[in-house]
Amino acid sequence: MAESYPLLEARGIGKAFLGIAALDGVDFTLGRGEIHALLGENGAGKSTLIKILTGVYSRDRGTLQLDGAEVTPASVADAQKLGIGTVYQEVNLLENLTVAENLYLGRQPTRFGMIDRREMRRRSKALLTRYGLDIDVDALLSSYSVAIRQIIAIARAVDLSGKVLVLDEPTASLDSHEVETLFTVLRRLREDGLGIVIITHFLNQVYAVADRVTVLRNGRLVGTRDLANLPRLELISMMLGRELQHMTRERQPGDETITTTGEAPIRFEGYGKRGSVAPFDLAVRPGEVVGIAGLLGSGRSETAFLMFGIDRADSGTATIDGKPASLSSPESAIGHGFGFCPEERKTDGIIGDFSVADNIALALQASRGWAKPISSREKQALAESFIKSLDIRPASTEKPIKLLSGGNQQKAILARWLATEPRLLILDEPTRGIDIGAHAEILKMIERLCAEGMSLVVISSELDELTAVAHRVIVLSDRRHVAELVGKQVTTDNILQAIASRTEAA
Amino acid sequence: MIHTRNLPFITTLGIFILAYILCVTQYPNMLSTRVIGNLLTDNAFLGIAAVGMTFVILSGGIDLSIGSVIAFTSVFVAVMVGSLGVHPLVAFAAVLAISTIFGSAMGAMIRYLGIPPFVVTLAGMFLARGAAYLISTESVPISHPVIDAIQGFYFRVPGGGRLTALAMLMLIVFLLGAFVAARTRFGANIYAIGGNQQSAELMGVPVGPTTVGIYALSGFLSGLAGIAYTLYTSSGYSLATVGVELDAIAAVVIGGTLLTGGVGLVAGTFIGIMIQGLIQTYIVFDGTLSSWWTKIVIGILLFVFIVLQRGIIWYSDRRLAESRLKEV
Repeated sequence: MAESYPLLEARGIGKAFLGIAALDGVDFTLGRGEIHALLGENGAGKSTLIKILTGVYSRDRGTLQLDGAEVTPASVADAQKLGIGTVYQEVNLLENLTVAENLYLGRQPTRFGMIDRREMRRRSKALLTRYGLDIDVDALLSSYSVAIRQIIAIARAVDLSGKVLVLDEPTASLDSHEVETLFTVLRRLREDGLGIVIITHFLNQVYAVADRVTVLRNGRLVGTRDLANLPRLELISMMLGRELQHMTRERQPGDETITTTGEAPIRFEGYGKRGSVAPFDLAVRPGEVVGIAGLLGSGRSETAFLMFGIDRADSGTATIDGKPASLSSPESAIGHGFGFCPEERKTDGIIGDFSVADNIALALQASRGWAKPISSREKQALAESFIKSLDIRPASTEKPIKLLSGGNQQKAILARWLATEPRLLILDEPTRGIDIGAHAEILKMIERLCAEGMSLVVISSELDELTAVAHRVIVLSDRRHVAELVGKQVTTDNILQAIASRTEAA
Repeated sequence: MIHTRNLPFITTLGIFILAYILCVTQYPNMLSTRVIGNLLTDNAFLGIAAVGMTFVILSGGIDLSIGSVIAFTSVFVAVMVGSLGVHPLVAFAAVLAISTIFGSAMGAMIRYLGIPPFVVTLAGMFLARGAAYLISTESVPISHPVIDAIQGFYFRVPGGGRLTALAMLMLIVFLLGAFVAARTRFGANIYAIGGNQQSAELMGVPVGPTTVGIYALSGFLSGLAGIAYTLYTSSGYSLATVGVELDAIAAVVIGGTLLTGGVGLVAGTFIGIMIQGLIQTYIVFDGTLSSWWTKIVIGILLFVFIVLQRGIIWYSDRRLAESRLKEV
C-alpha cells in the first residue's frame, strides 16, 4: 500500500561542515498534492536541507524515504531519476541555448543516434502548451523574461522528475503579476498530485499558495504547521525564535537620556532608493545603539548599503554635523567616519589569504590614501594591540585570516574598523555563525564602544540580541521602515507585533 | 530567422565572400579550381587542428598544446617510418593513440584537479615540444610507398584543380565535427558547459566525462593534424609548427565562436581558416607584399570580431531590456 506512505519523508537529517552543524536532526514530510513552504532566516539550514534532498550534498545522519523506499540521491542527476526535480532562483537554465535545447538537454530525442531536432521542437511545443505558454521554442532562452524562464525550468523539472518539485526562491525577481502566473502553474501541478517544496521569504506568498509550512532556525526544526490555522504573528515568532513572552530588557539608568537629549549629528531624511528601500528618516546620536529588525528580505541590509554608500540613494538627504553630506561610495562614507561590517563575512568581509595584520590594516590604509603606506612595524603594532584588546585567537599577526574561526574573523573585521576610529559603525548580523562565547564577547564589545561615545547601527535577526543592546529599534517590513521603538518599548513582543501588523496589512 | 548568436558567423561568411570577390576582380585567376584546391591542401593540417580547438573553445576552455603535439607527431612518425622502418599505418595508429591519451590526461587534470585549462595545456605544450626534441632535433625526411601513394592521390576537378587526399581529410573532419556539434548529445553537452558549467552540472550534464572527451578529441585531432603535416612536408621536424595553436584560435574566433564559450559553429571555423588562406594566396599573387601582412590582417580581423561580438551581446541585452519594458 504505497498510498499510506507520505511522498517524501526525511527523519533526523544532520549535516555538518568543518565540524559546524548546518542541520541538526531535522524532520521534514511532504505529502502528495501538497505545496509545502520552507521558511527560515539566512543560515537556518533551508538550502542545506534542499541540497540534501536534491543530491547536491550527502547527509551525515538521518533517513530519507521517497514513496516509502529509502533513497540516497548521490547527484542532481540521480535525484532527478528518483523523481526529485529542482528549480533554482537564477542559475537554472542555459541562456546560450534555445528553449527546446534547454528543455531536452541530456535527454534529446534521437533517431539513428542523431538528435532529432524536429521531434524535440514538437515535444517542446506540446510540453509548454500544457503550461499555457505559446512561444517560439527555437528562440534563445536569453530572449525571454525571467518569469517565462522560470516556467520553462519548472516544465523541465516536472517532465524530468514528476514526483517532487523543489523551488528555491522562485519569486525573488518576479513582479506581482508574474508571481500570480507562477502560482497558477503551481496550483495546477498540485492538482496533478505533485509534491512541491517552496522556499521564499515573502510571507504573503506563503499564505497565498502553500498548504503547510516548516520552519527551520539555526539548523534545527522549529515546527511544521498547517497554514490555515496559523496566525502570522505566530509564524513570525517561529522564524525569529521567540515564543510570545514578556521579556523586557534590563534597562540601565541613563538609557533614556541618551536617546532623547541632544541633537543627532548624523541624520538621514527621506533617504531611499527605488526598488531597494522606501525613503526613511534616521538620526543617530553619539553613544547610541540603533537596532534594525525585520525578516529576511525586508530591506535590512539594503538600509545599511544606502547608509554606507554601497548603493546610491535616489531620494532624500544625509546631514552630518549640520552640513549636507554626499555618500556616493564606501570611500566617501569612510571619509565621514563610517564603518561597515557586512553580513557575508567570508565573501564581503575578509580577504582570506591575507594575514590577520593585513586584514586589520586595510580600512585604515584606505582612509589614509594609498600614497601614505602604513609601515610594516606600524601595522604589526596595530595588529598586536587589537589582538590583545579584542582577544583574537590564535594570537598571530601573520596567520592567513581564513584559518581563524568565524568569531575571531569577526573580531578582526571589527578591529579593522575600530582602527579607523569611526564615529558610526554599522554591523550587519555581527554574531552570525560564531560560537556562543564569541557571541557574548561581541555583544559586550558593542556596549563598551557605545559607552565610549561611538554610534552603532546593529542589524540582526536575533531579536533578543537586539533587545539586549539597542536603545532604539527600527522595524522593517516589505522594504519599508514601519515602526520605531524607543527605550522601554524595545521588547521582542513589540518587534514581532510591528512586523506582523505590517505583513497582515500588505 | 537568423539568431543573434549566429550573427558573427553570417558576418564572417559575408566578409569572406566580399574579400574573395575583391581578390578575383584584381586577379581573375584566383577563382580557378587550381587555387581553391591548393587553398584546401595548404591549410589542411591547420584546419583539422582548428576543429579540435573549436570544441575546446565552445566549452569555455583553451588548448595551447596543439602546435607542439603536431610537431611531436610529425617527428615521431618520421623517425618510426624513416629510421626504424615501421609501417606508416602502424605509426599513424600509435601516434593517434598517444595524442588522444595525452589530451584525455590534460582534460582529466582540468576537471578533477580544478586547474585552469590555460595552465594545464601550457604545461602540455612544453611537454610535447620537449618530447619532440628528445626524439630528434634534426629534420627527418620520410619516404615510403604507402606515404607516396597517399601524397600522390587526388581527384581531378574540372578546371585543372586537384582535390588531394589531405584536402578531403580536412573536409571530412569538418563535416564530422559539424555533425558532432549539432546532432549529438556530446555536442549539446559541450555547448551547455560553455554556457554555464554550474548550470549544466545542475541540469545533469556529465561535466567530467564531457571535459575529458573534449580534450581527448582535441588531442586526437592534433595528432591527425600532425599526420597531415607530415604528409604535407614529407618530413618530421621538432622545431616546426611553433605557434600553430594561436593560428587555430584566431581561425575559431574569426569564425564567430565566442572565446568565453557556449556560442559558435564548426562551419565558422572553416570560414576562418579559408580567410587566413585567402590572404596568404593574395600575397602570393601580388608578389611584392611581405608575407607578414597575413599576420597584420589577421590581427585587425581579430580585433574587429571581438568588438563585433561585444556589440552583439550589448545589443541583445538592450533588446531584452526593451521587450521587458514593453511587457510591463
